[in-house]
Amino acid sequence: MAASFLFSQVMGGLTTAMFLFLIASGLSLVFGIMRVINFAHGSFYMLGAYLAWQGVQWLHPTGAGFWLATLFAAVTVGVLGAIIERVFFRSLYGREELYQLLFTYALVLILGDAAKFLWGVEQLSVSTPPILSGGIEIFGTTQPLYTLFIIAIGPAIAIAGSLVLSRTGIGRLVRAAQMDREMLDALGANVGAIYTGMFVFASFLAGLSGALVTPIQSIVPGMDVLIIVQAFIVVVIGGMGSFWGTFWGSVIYGEVLSFGILIFPGFSLFSVFALMAVILIVRPWGLFGRPL
Amino acid sequence: MTTETTAPAAAPIGVAREGNWVRRIPWTLIVFLVLATVPWVGSRYDTFLAEQIAIDALFAVSLNLLLGTTGLVSFGHVAYFGVGAYVCGILMKTYEVPFIFAFPAAGLGTALFALVSGYFCVRLIKLYFAMLTLAFSQIVWAVAYKWNDVTGGDQGLPEIPFPDLDWMSAIPGLGDLRTNDQFYLLALAIIAVSLAILHRLVRSPFGRVLTTIRDNPERAAFIGVNVRAYQLAAFVVAGTFAGFAGALYGIFSRGVFADFVFWSKSAEVMIMAILGGMGYFWGPPVGAAVLVWLSQKITAYTEYWPFMLGTILLVLLFALPGGIVGGLAALWNRIQGRRRA
Repeated sequence: MAASFLFSQVMGGLTTAMFLFLIASGLSLVFGIMRVINFAHGSFYMLGAYLAWQGVQWLHPTGAGFWLATLFAAVTVGVLGAIIERVFFRSLYGREELYQLLFTYALVLILGDAAKFLWGVEQLSVSTPPILSGGIEIFGTTQPLYTLFIIAIGPAIAIAGSLVLSRTGIGRLVRAAQMDREMLDALGANVGAIYTGMFVFASFLAGLSGALVTPIQSIVPGMDVLIIVQAFIVVVIGGMGSFWGTFWGSVIYGEVLSFGILIFPGFSLFSVFALMAVILIVRPWGLFGRPL
Repeated sequence: MTTETTAPAAAPIGVAREGNWVRRIPWTLIVFLVLATVPWVGSRYDTFLAEQIAIDALFAVSLNLLLGTTGLVSFGHVAYFGVGAYVCGILMKTYEVPFIFAFPAAGLGTALFALVSGYFCVRLIKLYFAMLTLAFSQIVWAVAYKWNDVTGGDQGLPEIPFPDLDWMSAIPGLGDLRTNDQFYLLALAIIAVSLAILHRLVRSPFGRVLTTIRDNPERAAFIGVNVRAYQLAAFVVAGTFAGFAGALYGIFSRGVFADFVFWSKSAEVMIMAILGGMGYFWGPPVGAAVLVWLSQKITAYTEYWPFMLGTILLVLLFALPGGIVGGLAALWNRIQGRRRA
């Protein structure tokens, strides 16, 4: 195998990985704190994509104003997250997991149809922002600038996120909420506000990643269900609630998928599911997580 | 949120209730006898609807053995439905095995798969259990979707033959029915027997132990119950009957497709169980009936059925956690209480 071929395979895997990381990190944060698998996280991602498209249409249909539209999409999804957490989720915290799971599933159904109602079933697409539309030559392969940008933004968010978690007062509170919610509550911290804040931040990340994916992938109904399964696998591999775990989980997922296609074509999908099952059997809390 | 176990809001399954005249009528038998008359009194469409409901009812009851009785939240129950459908479909179509052998083989195959996957699943607690069951169901889906030579891949297995029903034509009164209707009667009989077996099982000492495990696994272990073995047994039984439901469904819908096994189907059958009331044996069939009927009615008017389903689910979660049967039982108890007072 030629080096350039291997390289483009690695880069392909990394692009998938960093995208998934943006989405999965939010899923993992919500799980780490609230112990809820938020199926609706994929729907937030889808809404981010549609809203970015809408923003671009309003601002400038040829694709300028992409960054403003992205910000608009992420913030709107964040606000939606705040409403959902405050109005509905709050009353489910004491209830069984089953009800919480089904609540997020109800959101998947409702938001999926809402998107169909608002934007139809046609494929929509957004053109690459002009500043990143070129490509550069590396090892004899042409890498689009936008892909490189995505590959860079993943680690940037991972580093920023882990710095916030480990160095700041807010990060300390979040980690404390992960470990023992009652104790933190008893110590006088406003746990409710922390929950809302984390949920909003996770929704914001989902909206952001949905907006950022639009120049690469077309926006179609059903993208919510497809992505949530992948993000879920990533989080299981890395460890629910672990920030760096999610990062490495994304890298493993991306590369297994990218190279799995070479080794047994047609069964790469199977290989990632099998990897997830094996990890759940051997180390249910994931490669980098801690037992509950 | 704590990880403590809280029992689902439901009445205990398997506890004998006070006898009164309403309960002494054999409702189950009446319902099945009425359903058996559908091919004569109803249209083709009615038979189709009744068959869909009956199969979904068996599927939902099998899930409820885990969900309501044992307290195991399986998010991948559709895997066993799918394995049953594929085993029966492949045997009957590709290898031309008669139904009388293919159907038990589907149950056996599903039981084996449930035994292996369940062995790993029941070692995990709560949410991890839900995640691993989901993972297994996605593996089944990936195999079904990609293994073209055996499962037909994304094309599926169309045109699964009907079983040989000549013997039924020999029975007076059934001879002039269409093959569809004859198969409906056969499926209905199989489902009735399956539900009777499951009902016996839930009310048996075995079922009591499962309920104990649901309510308090630690205490169950403390009094000497091998919790994992019982959970695994429940898992295998639930999987097997889901496999039977799947085998019937494959023939009923004249084909087996990878869509059958997609994870959203697991959620759908879970909604049926909860809509009816997972604290009651007859809750899930009621949920199946209501949901199938509603989906048929609503899709006739609008394409936004998922939106309606999501709304129904929200109402259930926030306003009616005991489901339809739970709500009716509460209402009945209030009326009874008022009468006594």
